[in-house]
Amino acid sequence: MKYAFSFLAVIALVLIAGLGSQIPGMPYLFGVALPYLAMMIFLGGCVYRVVQWGKSPVPFPIQTTCGQGKSLDFIKHNRLEAPNTTAEVVARMFLEVVTFRSLFRNTKSEIYDGPKITYESSKWLWGFALIFHYSFLIVILRHMRLFLDPVPACLGWLEFWDGLFQVGAPTWYMTDIGLLAGCALLFGRRLITRHVRFISLINDYFPLVLIFTIAFTGILMRFFLRTDIDIVTIKQLTVGLVTFSPTIGAEIGAIFYIHLFLVCVLLAYFPFSKLMHFAGVFFSPTRNMKNTSRSERHINPWNPTIRPHSYSGYEDEFREFMVEADIPVEKELAPVKDEKDEE
Amino acid sequence: MYNKGTIIPGLIIFVLFVTFPLWFNAFSTAASTVPKPELPPGGEKACIAPAAEMRANHMVMLNEWRDDVLRDGDRVAVTVDGKQYRKGLQMACMQCHSNKEKFCDSCHEYASVKPYCWDCHLTQSALATKKETH
Repeated sequence: MKYAFSFLAVIALVLIAGLGSQIPGMPYLFGVALPYLAMMIFLGGCVYRVVQWGKSPVPFPIQTTCGQGKSLDFIKHNRLEAPNTTAEVVARMFLEVVTFRSLFRNTKSEIYDGPKITYESSKWLWGFALIFHYSFLIVILRHMRLFLDPVPACLGWLEFWDGLFQVGAPTWYMTDIGLLAGCALLFGRRLITRHVRFISLINDYFPLVLIFTIAFTGILMRFFLRTDIDIVTIKQLTVGLVTFSPTIGAEIGAIFYIHLFLVCVLLAYFPFSKLMHFAGVFFSPTRNMKNTSRSERHINPWNPTIRPHSYSGYEDEFREFMVEADIPVEKELAPVKDEKDEE
Repeated sequence: MYNKGTIIPGLIIFVLFVTFPLWFNAFSTAASTVPKPELPPGGEKACIAPAAEMRANHMVMLNEWRDDVLRDGDRVAVTVDGKQYRKGLQMACMQCHSNKEKFCDSCHEYASVKPYCWDCHLTQSALATKKETH
């Protein structure tokens, strides 16, 4: 079972961090060394991947259109679905990145007796993806309160709106639930939809389980396993990390190191996984190109340079062989040979 | 590399965005200091629970007291080591930790915690500036 293995992998990671951080001296490995290492792998790996992509030529305009392209004046042009100018492409890309319009078009196909195939709109993926990505974004932004000192006011507003329901103390956040639910729903979708289950791999399941566990350990740390979880000690460490003077002031509970270690694993795994779609979406030629396949000439960047070769040039190159083979030539062979014959 | 003009600025924005905390703190003028909450000015040593537990769970306890008193009408005082604590932020906690600004706020501001206790409760300094309205 592909998904079972991803659970095992995450459980192993939790055990490594949970037990490892209890060994004297090891908190500095889990709390200081690994975060720096993971962050360097993340940044370096992402830049490397993007540069590699940038080196790949895109030979043809292969944008996909879902609307009327620019044509005669009296035919209405769908500017968003068949963008003709850079501004229209930017608008299309922006909505793609922010609202996942491609996922909105997801369809479900089914075969009935007949055989007859039907297609119907299926918005689940789009909905789950919105819940997941926006919850994750807000959770990450909220975590900035641990890294910024003094904390900017806008983070306070974000926390206020996220914890608007004022349930419990410390306040429950909507995005905590959203992130857990988003992971569970996307994971469930992979299991339940037969077609998707068939094409799902361990590298589809693993990030979902990993992110779910990160959110789960975070919630455990905030609300339940509060022994030795002192926010001031933790912030001293995290602010220390970003000012390059990390210190672990007092003992911090194992759940913190588990949470942090899983985040480190996610960061280090990120550039080499499908999660790179965060940068890949900007490199999608089907989205980021203008629909100008007819109005402009596109030249394949890897075409070899072919210089014009005239007949006289051709004859100059092969005259000797042509004469030898008794092929008539327009210009006879160089006079040097003729002079020798005359003598 | 193709499209250098777009990709390189994009990468720079990405790296700056990810490393935002680095340069935010580097350019931040405020000196980052770990807060030291003021101990009770009256010199009391004992609290309702040990310091470590109070540090971790005081908000849970206050929330439970709030529910007990305001929703269930249960005002039975809590007795610890022969000392009675009436259920209430001002009636129990602030009897010793009298200065909100120097005690509560010191950590809360550092960690950007904004409890809504003070939507209803008043500190001594706020009380002094209020006038009776009825």
